[in-house]
Amino acid sequence: MHRGTWRLATTLALGLALSGAAFADPVEDSLSIDTDDGTLDIVTTTAAPPHLSDVMDTIYSGWHFRETETRDLQRDDFDNPGMVYVDRALDSWNKAQGAKGESCAGCHEGPESMKGLRAVTPRVDATTGKLMTVENYVNGCVTDRMGLEPWGMTGDKMKDMMALISMQSRGELVNVAIDGPAAPFWEAGKEIYYTRFGQLEMSCANCHEDNQGLFIRADHLSQGQINGFPVYRLKDAGILSAQQRFVGCVRDTRAETFKPDSAEFKALELYVASRGNGLAVEGVSVRH
Amino acid sequence: MAEDAKPRVKVPKSAKPGEVVNIKALISHKMESGQRKDAEGKLIPRSIINRFTCDLGGVNVIDVAIDPAVSTNPYFEFDALMADSGEIKFTWYDDDGSVYEDVKTIELA
Repeated sequence: MHRGTWRLATTLALGLALSGAAFADPVEDSLSIDTDDGTLDIVTTTAAPPHLSDVMDTIYSGWHFRETETRDLQRDDFDNPGMVYVDRALDSWNKAQGAKGESCAGCHEGPESMKGLRAVTPRVDATTGKLMTVENYVNGCVTDRMGLEPWGMTGDKMKDMMALISMQSRGELVNVAIDGPAAPFWEAGKEIYYTRFGQLEMSCANCHEDNQGLFIRADHLSQGQINGFPVYRLKDAGILSAQQRFVGCVRDTRAETFKPDSAEFKALELYVASRGNGLAVEGVSVRH
Repeated sequence: MAEDAKPRVKVPKSAKPGEVVNIKALISHKMESGQRKDAEGKLIPRSIINRFTCDLGGVNVIDVAIDPAVSTNPYFEFDALMADSGEIKFTWYDDDGSVYEDVKTIELA
Protein backbone atom coordinates (compact mmCIF):
# COMPACT_ATOMS: atom_id res chain seq x y z
CA MET A 1 0.00 0.00 0.00
CA HIS A 2 1.19 3.54 -0.73
CA ARG A 3 2.65 5.10 2.36
CA GLY A 4 0.34 8.13 2.37
CA THR A 5 -2.74 6.01 2.06
CA TRP A 6 -1.60 3.85 4.93
CA ARG A 7 -1.17 6.86 7.17
CA LEU A 8 -4.66 8.10 6.28
CA ALA A 9 -6.15 4.70 7.04
CA THR A 10 -4.49 4.59 10.45
CA THR A 11 -5.71 8.06 11.33
CA LEU A 12 -9.23 7.12 10.31
CA ALA A 13 -9.17 3.93 12.34
CA LEU A 14 -7.87 5.74 15.41
CA GLY A 15 -10.45 8.47 15.03
CA LEU A 16 -13.27 5.93 14.84
CA ALA A 17 -12.01 4.05 17.86
CA LEU A 18 -11.78 7.21 19.93
CA SER A 19 -15.21 8.53 19.03
CA GLY A 20 -16.60 5.07 19.81
CA ALA A 21 -15.12 5.12 23.28
CA ALA A 22 -16.51 8.56 24.00
CA PHE A 23 -20.07 7.46 23.22
CA ALA A 24 -20.07 4.11 24.82
CA ASP A 25 -19.57 4.70 28.52
CA PRO A 26 -22.45 3.70 30.77
CA VAL A 27 -24.95 6.55 30.60
CA GLU A 28 -25.42 8.56 33.78
CA ASP A 29 -29.07 8.15 34.61
CA SER A 30 -31.29 6.74 37.31
CA LEU A 31 -34.28 4.46 37.04
CA SER A 32 -37.62 5.07 38.74
CA ILE A 33 -40.46 2.92 37.52
CA ASP A 34 -44.03 4.15 37.37
CA THR A 35 -45.95 1.09 38.61
CA ASP A 36 -49.57 0.42 39.52
CA ASP A 37 -48.61 0.93 43.18
CA GLY A 38 -46.69 4.17 42.81
CA THR A 39 -43.07 4.87 41.95
CA LEU A 40 -40.34 2.33 42.55
CA ASP A 41 -36.66 3.28 42.59
CA ILE A 42 -34.31 0.69 41.14
CA VAL A 43 -30.63 0.38 42.05
CA THR A 44 -28.81 0.23 38.71
CA THR A 45 -25.35 1.34 39.84
CA THR A 46 -23.53 0.28 42.96
CA ALA A 47 -20.17 -0.74 44.38
CA ALA A 48 -18.85 -4.03 43.07
CA PRO A 49 -19.18 -7.02 45.41
CA PRO A 50 -15.98 -7.94 47.33
CA HIS A 51 -15.08 -10.88 45.09
CA LEU A 52 -14.77 -8.48 42.13
CA SER A 53 -12.65 -5.92 43.99
CA ASP A 54 -9.49 -6.55 41.95
CA VAL A 55 -11.41 -6.39 38.64
CA MET A 56 -13.79 -3.45 38.86
CA ASP A 57 -15.01 -0.83 41.33
CA THR A 58 -18.53 -0.19 40.15
CA ILE A 59 -21.18 -2.46 38.70
CA TYR A 60 -23.83 -1.21 36.30
CA SER A 61 -27.07 -2.76 35.17
CA GLY A 62 -27.21 -3.31 31.41
CA TRP A 63 -29.89 -0.61 31.45
CA HIS A 64 -27.11 2.04 31.51
CA PHE A 65 -25.71 0.81 28.21
CA ARG A 66 -28.92 1.16 26.20
CA GLU A 67 -30.26 4.10 24.22
CA THR A 68 -32.53 6.73 25.72
CA GLU A 69 -35.65 5.32 24.01
CA THR A 70 -34.98 1.80 25.26
CA ARG A 71 -34.29 3.04 28.78
CA ASP A 72 -37.50 5.05 28.77
CA LEU A 73 -39.59 1.97 27.97
CA GLN A 74 -38.68 0.61 31.37
CA ARG A 75 -39.72 3.71 33.31
CA ASP A 76 -43.42 2.97 32.96
CA ASP A 77 -45.00 -0.46 33.36
CA PHE A 78 -47.53 0.34 30.69
CA ASP A 79 -44.82 1.09 28.16
CA ASN A 80 -42.83 -2.01 29.11
CA PRO A 81 -43.86 -4.65 26.55
CA GLY A 82 -42.73 -7.39 28.94
CA MET A 83 -45.77 -6.80 31.12
CA VAL A 84 -47.99 -8.48 28.52
CA TYR A 85 -46.19 -11.71 29.34
CA VAL A 86 -46.52 -11.12 33.08
CA ASP A 87 -50.29 -10.82 32.59
CA ARG A 88 -50.30 -14.00 30.55
CA ALA A 89 -48.41 -15.83 33.30
CA LEU A 90 -50.92 -14.65 35.88
CA ASP A 91 -53.66 -16.46 33.94
CA SER A 92 -51.45 -19.54 33.81
CA TRP A 93 -50.76 -19.24 37.56
CA ASN A 94 -54.48 -19.36 38.36
CA LYS A 95 -55.44 -21.94 35.76
CA ALA A 96 -56.21 -25.50 36.87
CA GLN A 97 -53.78 -27.17 34.45
CA GLY A 98 -52.40 -30.09 36.46
CA ALA A 99 -53.25 -33.73 35.79
CA LYS A 100 -55.71 -33.62 38.69
CA GLY A 101 -56.71 -30.00 38.21
CA GLU A 102 -53.93 -28.49 40.31
CA SER A 103 -52.94 -24.88 39.79
CA CYS A 104 -49.98 -22.82 41.06
CA ALA A 105 -52.45 -20.76 43.08
CA GLY A 106 -53.82 -23.91 44.74
CA CYS A 107 -50.63 -24.37 46.77
CA HIS A 108 -48.90 -21.00 46.63
CA GLU A 109 -51.96 -18.69 46.71
CA GLY A 110 -50.99 -15.37 45.11
CA PRO A 111 -47.77 -14.93 43.13
CA GLU A 112 -46.65 -12.57 45.94
CA SER A 113 -45.64 -15.75 47.79
CA MET A 114 -42.68 -15.88 45.38
CA LYS A 115 -41.35 -12.57 46.71
CA GLY A 116 -37.60 -12.65 47.17
CA LEU A 117 -36.95 -15.88 45.26
CA ARG A 118 -35.54 -14.25 42.15
CA ALA A 119 -33.01 -12.24 44.17
CA VAL A 120 -31.35 -15.29 45.76
CA THR A 121 -31.40 -17.82 42.89
CA PRO A 122 -29.60 -19.78 41.56
CA ARG A 123 -29.12 -21.32 44.98
CA VAL A 124 -28.24 -24.71 46.40
CA ASP A 125 -31.28 -26.54 47.68
CA ALA A 126 -30.67 -27.47 51.30
CA THR A 127 -32.35 -30.87 51.09
CA THR A 128 -31.06 -32.19 47.76
CA GLY A 129 -27.74 -30.33 47.49
CA LYS A 130 -28.56 -29.50 43.86
CA LEU A 131 -28.10 -26.09 42.30
CA MET A 132 -31.58 -24.75 41.59
CA THR A 133 -32.67 -22.02 39.20
CA VAL A 134 -36.18 -20.58 39.29
CA GLU A 135 -36.88 -22.71 36.21
CA ASN A 136 -35.89 -25.85 38.14
CA TYR A 137 -38.27 -24.98 40.95
CA VAL A 138 -41.12 -24.37 38.50
CA ASN A 139 -40.49 -27.65 36.72
CA GLY A 140 -40.30 -29.43 40.07
CA CYS A 141 -43.86 -28.30 40.71
CA VAL A 142 -45.01 -29.01 37.15
CA THR A 143 -43.79 -32.61 37.19
CA ASP A 144 -44.03 -33.77 40.83
CA ARG A 145 -47.04 -31.85 42.07
CA MET A 146 -49.05 -31.35 38.90
CA GLY A 147 -48.17 -34.60 37.18
CA LEU A 148 -47.35 -32.97 33.84
CA GLU A 149 -44.53 -33.29 31.35
CA PRO A 150 -41.81 -30.75 32.26
CA TRP A 151 -42.12 -27.38 30.59
CA GLY A 152 -39.42 -26.51 28.06
CA MET A 153 -36.69 -24.49 29.76
CA THR A 154 -36.93 -21.76 27.16
CA GLY A 155 -40.55 -22.30 26.15
CA ASP A 156 -43.20 -19.58 26.33
CA LYS A 157 -44.96 -21.03 29.38
CA MET A 158 -41.73 -21.19 31.35
CA LYS A 159 -40.52 -17.74 30.34
CA ASP A 160 -43.89 -16.15 31.10
CA MET A 161 -43.74 -17.70 34.55
CA MET A 162 -40.15 -16.48 35.01
CA ALA A 163 -41.37 -12.98 34.25
CA LEU A 164 -44.19 -13.21 36.80
CA ILE A 165 -41.96 -14.66 39.54
CA SER A 166 -39.18 -12.18 38.86
CA MET A 167 -41.65 -9.29 39.13
CA GLN A 168 -42.41 -10.26 42.72
CA SER A 169 -38.82 -9.45 43.70
CA ARG A 170 -38.55 -6.26 41.70
CA GLY A 171 -36.45 -3.68 43.48
CA GLU A 172 -34.88 -6.20 45.84
CA LEU A 173 -31.11 -6.43 45.67
CA VAL A 174 -29.56 -9.49 44.09
CA ASN A 175 -27.87 -11.48 46.83
CA VAL A 176 -26.90 -14.97 45.72
CA ALA A 177 -24.84 -17.07 48.10
CA ILE A 178 -21.36 -17.95 46.82
CA ASP A 179 -19.96 -19.69 49.88
CA GLY A 180 -20.81 -22.88 51.75
CA PRO A 181 -22.56 -25.47 49.59
CA ALA A 182 -22.67 -23.02 46.66
CA ALA A 183 -18.89 -22.62 46.53
CA PRO A 184 -18.07 -25.53 44.17
CA PHE A 185 -20.79 -24.43 41.72
CA TRP A 186 -19.59 -20.86 41.93
CA GLU A 187 -15.98 -21.89 41.25
CA ALA A 188 -17.13 -23.95 38.26
CA GLY A 189 -19.06 -20.94 36.94
CA LYS A 190 -16.06 -18.68 37.40
CA GLU A 191 -13.91 -21.16 35.50
CA ILE A 192 -16.34 -21.03 32.55
CA TYR A 193 -16.51 -17.23 32.69
CA TYR A 194 -12.76 -16.96 32.15
CA THR A 195 -12.41 -19.85 29.68
CA ARG A 196 -12.03 -18.97 26.02
CA PHE A 197 -14.54 -20.80 23.84
CA GLY A 198 -15.09 -21.22 20.12
CA GLN A 199 -13.13 -20.52 16.97
CA LEU A 200 -12.83 -16.91 18.05
CA GLU A 201 -11.38 -18.02 21.37
CA MET A 202 -13.28 -15.55 23.47
CA SER A 203 -14.29 -15.79 27.10
CA CYS A 204 -17.13 -13.90 28.77
CA ALA A 205 -14.47 -11.71 30.41
CA ASN A 206 -12.91 -10.68 27.08
CA CYS A 207 -16.02 -8.68 26.23
CA HIS A 208 -17.82 -7.93 29.47
CA GLU A 209 -14.80 -7.26 31.66
CA ASP A 210 -11.94 -6.15 29.38
CA ASN A 211 -14.02 -4.21 26.87
CA GLN A 212 -17.13 -3.14 28.73
CA GLY A 213 -18.44 0.19 27.54
CA LEU A 214 -16.85 -0.17 24.11
CA PHE A 215 -18.57 -1.10 20.90
CA ILE A 216 -19.06 -4.60 19.57
CA ARG A 217 -20.03 -3.82 16.00
CA ALA A 218 -22.85 -1.28 16.37
CA ASP A 219 -23.82 -2.23 19.92
CA HIS A 220 -22.49 -1.33 23.34
CA LEU A 221 -20.85 -3.97 25.48
CA SER A 222 -22.39 -3.98 28.93
CA GLN A 223 -20.93 -5.68 31.95
CA GLY A 224 -23.10 -8.68 31.14
CA GLN A 225 -25.13 -8.33 34.33
CA ILE A 226 -28.21 -10.53 34.58
CA ASN A 227 -30.12 -8.65 37.29
CA GLY A 228 -32.56 -7.48 34.58
CA PHE A 229 -33.44 -10.96 33.35
CA PRO A 230 -35.79 -12.17 32.11
CA VAL A 231 -35.67 -9.32 29.59
CA TYR A 232 -38.06 -8.19 26.92
CA ARG A 233 -35.80 -8.09 23.91
CA LEU A 234 -36.92 -5.69 21.20
CA LYS A 235 -35.03 -7.66 18.57
CA ASP A 236 -37.01 -10.83 19.36
CA ALA A 237 -40.26 -9.09 20.38
CA GLY A 238 -40.35 -11.56 23.25
CA ILE A 239 -38.97 -12.65 26.59
CA LEU A 240 -35.43 -13.93 26.83
CA SER A 241 -33.99 -15.88 29.77
CA ALA A 242 -30.45 -15.46 31.09
CA GLN A 243 -29.36 -18.86 29.84
CA GLN A 244 -30.78 -18.12 26.39
CA ARG A 245 -28.57 -15.04 26.37
CA PHE A 246 -25.61 -17.25 27.32
CA VAL A 247 -26.41 -19.48 24.33
CA GLY A 248 -26.36 -16.41 22.09
CA CYS A 249 -23.03 -15.21 23.46
CA VAL A 250 -21.26 -18.56 23.26
CA ARG A 251 -22.66 -19.14 19.76
CA ASP A 252 -21.21 -15.78 18.71
CA THR A 253 -17.76 -17.06 19.63
CA ARG A 254 -18.43 -19.75 16.99
CA ALA A 255 -18.55 -22.49 19.59
CA GLU A 256 -20.90 -25.40 20.06
CA THR A 257 -22.90 -24.02 22.99
CA PHE A 258 -23.97 -25.64 26.23
CA LYS A 259 -27.70 -26.27 26.51
CA PRO A 260 -29.97 -24.21 28.74
CA ASP A 261 -30.28 -26.01 32.08
CA SER A 262 -26.96 -27.81 31.56
CA ALA A 263 -24.71 -28.05 34.64
CA GLU A 264 -22.30 -25.64 32.93
CA PHE A 265 -24.86 -22.88 32.28
CA LYS A 266 -26.44 -23.25 35.71
CA ALA A 267 -23.03 -22.75 37.33
CA LEU A 268 -22.35 -19.84 34.99
CA GLU A 269 -25.72 -18.29 35.86
CA LEU A 270 -24.80 -18.46 39.55
CA TYR A 271 -21.41 -16.88 38.94
CA VAL A 272 -22.73 -14.12 36.67
CA ALA A 273 -25.57 -13.42 39.12
CA SER A 274 -23.01 -13.06 41.91
CA ARG A 275 -21.15 -10.43 39.88
CA GLY A 276 -24.34 -8.40 40.18
CA ASN A 277 -24.82 -8.84 43.93
CA GLY A 278 -26.07 -5.43 45.05
CA LEU A 279 -27.93 -4.46 41.88
CA ALA A 280 -31.73 -4.55 41.98
CA VAL A 281 -33.88 -7.17 40.33
CA GLU A 282 -35.63 -5.32 37.51
CA GLY A 283 -38.56 -7.69 37.08
CA VAL A 284 -38.84 -7.69 33.33
CA SER A 285 -36.33 -5.27 31.85
CA VAL A 286 -36.26 -3.94 28.30
CA ARG A 287 -33.17 -4.36 26.16
CA HIS A 288 -32.52 -4.52 22.46
CA MET B 1 -62.19 -15.70 20.59
CA ALA B 2 -58.54 -15.31 19.86
CA GLU B 3 -56.23 -16.88 22.40
CA ASP B 4 -54.67 -14.65 25.05
CA ALA B 5 -56.41 -11.46 23.92
CA LYS B 6 -56.30 -9.19 26.93
CA PRO B 7 -56.94 -5.45 27.11
CA ARG B 8 -54.71 -3.19 29.20
CA VAL B 9 -55.49 0.48 29.62
CA LYS B 10 -53.93 3.27 31.62
CA VAL B 11 -55.72 6.46 32.63
CA PRO B 12 -55.00 8.87 35.48
CA LYS B 13 -56.96 8.25 38.68
CA SER B 14 -58.32 11.78 38.84
CA ALA B 15 -58.44 14.93 36.73
CA LYS B 16 -59.85 18.45 36.85
CA PRO B 17 -62.75 19.32 34.55
CA GLY B 18 -61.25 20.92 31.46
CA GLU B 19 -57.95 19.15 31.91
CA VAL B 20 -56.35 17.23 29.05
CA VAL B 21 -55.32 13.75 30.13
CA ASN B 22 -53.19 11.12 28.48
CA ILE B 23 -54.80 7.76 27.77
CA LYS B 24 -53.00 4.57 26.79
CA ALA B 25 -54.75 1.46 25.51
CA LEU B 26 -53.17 -1.80 24.48
CA ILE B 27 -54.58 -5.20 23.72
CA SER B 28 -52.41 -8.27 23.65
CA HIS B 29 -53.34 -9.95 20.41
CA LYS B 30 -51.28 -11.84 17.86
CA MET B 31 -52.69 -9.89 14.87
CA GLU B 32 -52.23 -12.68 12.36
CA SER B 33 -52.04 -10.90 9.01
CA GLY B 34 -53.37 -13.70 6.83
CA GLN B 35 -50.21 -13.52 4.69
CA ARG B 36 -48.08 -16.01 6.59
CA LYS B 37 -47.80 -19.74 6.03
CA ASP B 38 -47.38 -22.44 8.65
CA ALA B 39 -44.79 -25.25 8.64
CA GLU B 40 -46.88 -27.27 6.15
CA GLY B 41 -47.11 -24.34 3.76
CA LYS B 42 -50.79 -23.67 4.44
CA LEU B 43 -51.95 -20.10 4.76
CA ILE B 44 -52.61 -19.11 8.39
CA PRO B 45 -56.04 -17.46 8.37
CA ARG B 46 -56.21 -13.77 9.12
CA SER B 47 -57.12 -12.88 12.69
CA ILE B 48 -56.71 -9.24 13.58
CA ILE B 49 -58.40 -6.58 15.65
CA ASN B 50 -60.08 -4.56 12.90
CA ARG B 51 -61.59 -1.73 14.92
CA PHE B 52 -60.88 0.12 18.14
CA THR B 53 -63.24 2.63 19.70
CA CYS B 54 -63.22 4.80 22.76
CA ASP B 55 -66.32 6.38 24.31
CA LEU B 56 -66.11 9.18 26.83
CA GLY B 57 -69.27 9.49 28.91
CA GLY B 58 -71.26 7.62 26.26
CA VAL B 59 -70.01 9.81 23.40
CA ASN B 60 -67.70 8.29 20.83
CA VAL B 61 -64.38 10.15 20.67
CA ILE B 62 -62.07 7.71 18.88
CA ASP B 63 -62.92 5.20 16.18
CA VAL B 64 -60.00 3.50 14.45
CA ALA B 65 -60.10 1.15 11.46
CA ILE B 66 -57.19 -1.28 11.70
CA ASP B 67 -55.70 -3.21 8.79
CA PRO B 68 -53.43 -6.28 8.65
CA ALA B 69 -50.18 -4.29 8.56
CA VAL B 70 -50.60 -3.28 12.20
CA SER B 71 -48.22 -5.14 14.45
CA THR B 72 -48.94 -7.56 17.25
CA ASN B 73 -50.36 -6.12 20.51
CA PRO B 74 -51.77 -2.89 18.96
CA TYR B 75 -51.17 0.11 21.21
CA PHE B 76 -52.94 3.47 21.03
CA GLU B 77 -52.04 6.55 23.01
CA PHE B 78 -54.02 9.76 22.81
CA ASP B 79 -55.06 12.84 24.79
CA ALA B 80 -58.63 13.50 25.88
CA LEU B 81 -60.27 16.68 27.20
CA MET B 82 -62.16 15.93 30.39
CA ALA B 83 -65.51 17.70 30.53
CA ASP B 84 -68.47 16.37 32.52
CA SER B 85 -67.90 12.63 32.60
CA GLY B 86 -64.85 10.61 33.55
CA GLU B 87 -66.22 7.29 32.38
CA ILE B 88 -64.18 5.91 29.52
CA LYS B 89 -65.12 2.79 27.64
CA PHE B 90 -62.67 1.01 25.36
CA THR B 91 -63.83 -1.53 22.79
CA TRP B 92 -61.83 -3.77 20.47
CA TYR B 93 -63.49 -5.71 17.62
CA ASP B 94 -61.92 -8.98 16.51
CA ASP B 95 -62.14 -10.49 13.01
CA ASP B 96 -63.76 -13.57 14.53
CA GLY B 97 -66.62 -11.50 15.92
CA SER B 98 -65.35 -11.28 19.49
CA VAL B 99 -65.62 -7.94 21.22
CA TYR B 100 -63.31 -7.05 24.09
CA GLU B 101 -64.24 -4.25 26.45
CA ASP B 102 -62.72 -2.37 29.32
CA VAL B 103 -64.17 0.53 31.32
CA LYS B 104 -62.20 2.99 33.44
CA THR B 105 -63.45 5.88 35.51
CA ILE B 106 -61.47 9.06 36.08
CA GLU B 107 -62.55 10.95 39.16
CA LEU B 108 -63.39 14.52 38.20
CA ALA B 109 -62.72 17.05 40.92
